[in-house]
Amino acid sequence: MSWHLRESALFPRHVIAEIQRAAREGIYDIRGFGAKRAVPHFDDLLFLGASISRYPLEGYRERCDTDVTLGTRFARKPLRLKIPVTIAGMSFGALSAPAKEALGRGATEAGTCTTTGDGGMTPEEREHSRLLVYQVLPSRYGANPDDLRRADAIEVVVGQGAKPGGGGMLLGHKISDRVAAMRDLPQGIDQRSACRHPDWTGPDDLEIKIGELRELTDWEKPVFVKIGAARPYFDVQLAVKAGADVVVLDGMQGGTAATQDVFIEHVGIPTLAALRLAVDALQELGLHRQVQLVVSGGIRSGADVAKALALGADAVSIGTAAMIALGDNSPEHDEAYRALGSAAGFYDDWQAGRDPAGISTQDDELAARLDPILGGRRIANYLRVLTLETQTLARANGKSHVHNLEPEDLVALTVEAAAMARVPLAGTDWVPGP
Amino acid sequence: MTATARAERTDVEVVDLTTTALRELNQRLHDLAGGGPGPRRWRIRNPNGAHAVACGLDAEVEVEIEGHVGYYCAGMNKRATVRVHGNASTGIAENMMSGTVVVEGNTSQSAGATAHGGLLVVRGDAAARCGIALKGADIVVGGSVGHLSAFMAQSGCLLVCGDAGEALGDSIYEARIYVRGEVSDLGADCVEKELRPEHVEQVRALLERAGMEDVDPGAFHRYGSARRLYNFSIDNAGAY
Repeated sequence: MSWHLRESALFPRHVIAEIQRAAREGIYDIRGFGAKRAVPHFDDLLFLGASISRYPLEGYRERCDTDVTLGTRFARKPLRLKIPVTIAGMSFGALSAPAKEALGRGATEAGTCTTTGDGGMTPEEREHSRLLVYQVLPSRYGANPDDLRRADAIEVVVGQGAKPGGGGMLLGHKISDRVAAMRDLPQGIDQRSACRHPDWTGPDDLEIKIGELRELTDWEKPVFVKIGAARPYFDVQLAVKAGADVVVLDGMQGGTAATQDVFIEHVGIPTLAALRLAVDALQELGLHRQVQLVVSGGIRSGADVAKALALGADAVSIGTAAMIALGDNSPEHDEAYRALGSAAGFYDDWQAGRDPAGISTQDDELAARLDPILGGRRIANYLRVLTLETQTLARANGKSHVHNLEPEDLVALTVEAAAMARVPLAGTDWVPGP
Repeated sequence: MTATARAERTDVEVVDLTTTALRELNQRLHDLAGGGPGPRRWRIRNPNGAHAVACGLDAEVEVEIEGHVGYYCAGMNKRATVRVHGNASTGIAENMMSGTVVVEGNTSQSAGATAHGGLLVVRGDAAARCGIALKGADIVVGGSVGHLSAFMAQSGCLLVCGDAGEALGDSIYEARIYVRGEVSDLGADCVEKELRPEHVEQVRALLERAGMEDVDPGAFHRYGSARRLYNFSIDNAGAY
């Protein structure tokens, strides 16, 4: 190749294309999905497995339990899950009604919970979800005391990993009549969700807000607090002091239905970096395992699940991976993706409402492409595979419960991951840091 | 005979929060939902600034609170009438669905935040963010409101007999604002609109429901959305 045909490291073709798109259109790029840049992640860790000094468990003979209970601190009715994987909050509006129904069906079949989202609870979602977490978001779209009481847990959303400090948006072409009615908004307008709650500011107020939510529901429901990974050590401590039963920590790789690309890629810290800080906060309060920690943002496989648990999480949550399990970015839709200027494996225009897979859309014709029964089956299958993989790794490390995995079972492949996870660089006993 | 003594003789349940736990009070009020048996008139003594007093009601009951309340009094109210004979802190009647909440004194910020239905009356002043993200309820304030009132208000009415602070109606959707006094300034996409006869009638009806019939309904100014920011346009970037 000619010296003059070198591609610039600073201005590669995709950067040039984005500069020229911005110059043409005069608006920042808004898209769905999560961060696409490479950041230190669970792939940078390895399990050691058993050896002479560690005794493994027989894969298909000896038990390796996976149950987890969320909300043991104050709630009268904690959530008892069969597996340590939950479905993250995704709104009806961002997702189609069949997609929400499928998530509920799949979660129920696998013995776990799913979560509402901005815009409130749909009847289909409630009907098909044995355990449903009800989000209390800044917008309070569709918020009402009946749904609050119909829920099995409450999640106060302070932030999400894709955009810590950012509010939500649902562009006008996804504001169908039903979505507009649920959100008390005119049809077809760009709907913005506030970035701050309307009736509380700061941790002292949050404690009072959580107190109100407990009074509203007669202290029955567990109260989760969801934070984006910004300052996890301090945020987890403040959430716990405010009375959270469960903290949900969403790393920067967490997905979104519609956010500015600059926000997705440049705000917040990776899940791996945030997790140990969150566990530090719980341990210093003497509440690790008493206040449960749910971690999300880039969970794809049982390896990710097992590594998150080993570093101190009680459970993980999936959003983007659940959509992919439903069929998002499937090669079977490649032709349709290409017609939209994308391709299977690259599609991230979840904000546009033209999803060929019928998931991130409010178009009835497109939504009808997703069979909620088949979709539910796929979600259940995927959740089972995540669980089986997690058990495989736990048994290999001699654990009879996935919660018995520990940092000592891990090493890191990179100096960065070793520093973030605080486990030794593989082949050494060196853990970077003070 | 005093008013209190008369009330006690007419099947009013009296609860003193210095001797009864808030949890017990709220549980007894919640047990009335769905037509459950129990008193329909309640008098709460010595609230002493307690938070979440009488929140989550879902019954046609009358609750009189004798004193000041803390945050989220009558939060998410349905059907009940709650009257605070004192001041109320943050988030009075937040996310109310129906019913009536009356504050005889002043309120702190976020009064009636995100309320979907019903009527909130504040006889004194309301601080910042009164009616923030309002979703269909009506709010009548006898005094003035603080900054960012009716921020992102979607539907319903905010009626202010006094003045309004900075950034009134910022990013407002389809809610209506009526102000009799001075407005410090209007927020993004909020404009003054003509007060037509149907609006005067709406103001008159609101004042009647709030028991403020002595206020002239024709003396108000109307504000609402210019609808310029409903769909993003780069030409409006300076307004965001």
